[in-house]
Amino acid sequence: MMSASLLLAELSYWQQTSIRVGAGLAAVLLVAGTLVYLHLFKLVSFMQSRLGPMEAGPFGSLQLLAEVGKFLQKEDIFPRKADRFVFAAAPFVVLMSTFLLVVVVPGGPDAWFVDSELGIYLAMAVSSVSVIGILMAGWGSASKYSLLGGLRATGQLIAYELPLILAVLGVVIQAETMNMQGIVMAQAEGEIFGFGGIGNPYLLTQFVAFGVFLIAMQAELTQTPFDMPIAESELVTGYMTEYSGMRFLLFFIGEFATAGVFSAIAAVLFLGGWYIPGIDPADNLMNILGPLVMVGKIVVLTFLIFWFRFTFPRFREDQLQRLAWKFLIPIALTNIVVTGILKVAF
Amino acid sequence: MTAISDREQLAYLAAQAADARVNVELESEGMTLNIGPQHPATHGTLRIVAKLDGEQVLSADPVMGYMHRGYEKLAEVRTYPQVTTLINRIDWVGSFANEVPFILAAEKLMDVEAPPRAQWIRTILFEMSRIANITLFLGDMGLQVGAVTPAFFAFRDREHVLNQIEAATGGRFHPNFDRIGGLKDDLPAGWITETRRVMKKMRSFCDEMEQLVQGNEIFEARTRGIGVIPADVGLSYGLSGANIRASGVDWDVRRDNPCGMVHNELDWKVWTHPDGDSFARFWVRLQEVRESTKMVDQMLDGLPSGPIMAKVPRIIKVPAGEAYVETENPLGVMGYYVVSKGDLTPFRVKIRSASFNNISIAPWLLKGVYVPDIVTILGSLYFILGDIDR
Repeated sequence: MMSASLLLAELSYWQQTSIRVGAGLAAVLLVAGTLVYLHLFKLVSFMQSRLGPMEAGPFGSLQLLAEVGKFLQKEDIFPRKADRFVFAAAPFVVLMSTFLLVVVVPGGPDAWFVDSELGIYLAMAVSSVSVIGILMAGWGSASKYSLLGGLRATGQLIAYELPLILAVLGVVIQAETMNMQGIVMAQAEGEIFGFGGIGNPYLLTQFVAFGVFLIAMQAELTQTPFDMPIAESELVTGYMTEYSGMRFLLFFIGEFATAGVFSAIAAVLFLGGWYIPGIDPADNLMNILGPLVMVGKIVVLTFLIFWFRFTFPRFREDQLQRLAWKFLIPIALTNIVVTGILKVAF
Repeated sequence: MTAISDREQLAYLAAQAADARVNVELESEGMTLNIGPQHPATHGTLRIVAKLDGEQVLSADPVMGYMHRGYEKLAEVRTYPQVTTLINRIDWVGSFANEVPFILAAEKLMDVEAPPRAQWIRTILFEMSRIANITLFLGDMGLQVGAVTPAFFAFRDREHVLNQIEAATGGRFHPNFDRIGGLKDDLPAGWITETRRVMKKMRSFCDEMEQLVQGNEIFEARTRGIGVIPADVGLSYGLSGANIRASGVDWDVRRDNPCGMVHNELDWKVWTHPDGDSFARFWVRLQEVRESTKMVDQMLDGLPSGPIMAKVPRIIKVPAGEAYVETENPLGVMGYYVVSKGDLTPFRVKIRSASFNNISIAPWLLKGVYVPDIVTILGSLYFILGDIDR
């Protein structure tokens, strides 16, 4: 891409690549850590009338390091009848899908990992890799709880991929591109009835798709009310039941990192991504401010995720399938049709 | 001609055999799922052996006894005042209520009656232990269907009640406060005002639960029509308490057979629900907490003065005879059948605890439901493991 100019112009290809890999790791792990601290530790604690961690670091901010250290020390237990290779590989497959997802998320005019013309298409495709990992975990654990959890998760993730993709399609039709940068630019340069002051975040026109996307995202992340695969009051922790130590930590990171990355995608699609109204999107300053704007939007969206998670009871398996097939998919299809008609009409 | 028909027959047989093979392959063999003894949904150590076909339950058998502590036998080698220490731990979240029927049975045998003030305070503490107990259920039911936050709210607000129980009796969980012929102590200074405040708080907690849990669409979808107990089936299994009142049976020992407590001098209502499903059981319990807070308020207003201990000998010897007393405990009807031979210790104590009967309907109720509903149903039956195993 031509605009990879001032900041990265003097660097050779391998230097740029290593910066991007490092930034990708940071984007996944730092964001996941922030979300765990901000939401899981603190926000939820305040919701539940407790304080959360207070001892490690100021306001318990270093608690996460203590938790990671604890998990690293723990014994890596394999169940006796487990399929050792499948069992061991499953968390990595799940985490891999997260890292593959993050590559399409742009953070600024030059702050991108992969600038693919099929960006959102790629994201939707690789997000389903995690299903394989979860099924591997469920099957490889040789535990009945894990198996039930894994099968439930598979059914659910496949069912909710459809509304997720259909919700995205509305945005793609409106932006006329699948490129994530292109979607951001389309929003930054858009106008609301001739008023271009804040661009045109697709939240305003695609609010139906945004709702469907949020619900389907919640289900893809297997967060309550769609946490039937985990269902700690029935299946202990579903497909993660037999995992301990490092491998459990990988699942844990995967869960929160995926929440962050999906929120980032939602921010790009509906909230305008990294652009700030009033600053020229090609400005080099945006390479610094853009990622911060993204993190801010991610925090807001994940706040919604965790708010729902700690407020609602969970759907039963048949109820959540019914929600997907009978409500979300028809709504998303209608949204596509309406968007298409309006697109042609105007 | 014959050859062709043979061939046709062979083809027919081959097709039959292929069909049969496919059927055998499609027929999955059942899976036996051991829910428990260590499992988050069983409140302790209940084990449920569930035979599953996919996620559907073919049969489910509760296996109890993992926490059997032999209280009936242990009671035989303890003097009457010592027994309350043990039986306190039967239903450990509403423990004062466990002591009352035993003490009442002993009083009946000795022909003593507690003075009015003792009876009133006894009833206050009895109702407060009900509030503490059912508050836990209200939060826990949310947890069973997947909502984490109500449980924290329940623990937060139950603490106020437990603080009051502790202030009066000295024990948060195991007061051991009831005595034959009265109570150990009078109420401390300032307790009544503080308890009024706590009761107000508990009523607002009930409102909160009504909005947060009962009013939630997902909660309704998960509990309405799940685990329906018809009244006659429930009665034949010996269900009691809110479980049977939720099936429309208007039966409350506090009103119908009051003994040693003052419920009949108060203005209150027995709530029933016609549906008999999990939602109805939640609803009835929620109303019960509210009703109990009103009762406590009334009793605080009308608390008589006077002694809190009747005249009983220092060393208690219970005259020979037998007595059965049952009360409406938080979990259902709890009764003690005490046989005395005139010694310092009871000759035999038979404990009728509510949860044992309440859980006995589980195999009937769980047949044909799906795995997620097991937890909803068990949660709504509301048992305490100590109350099952004793």
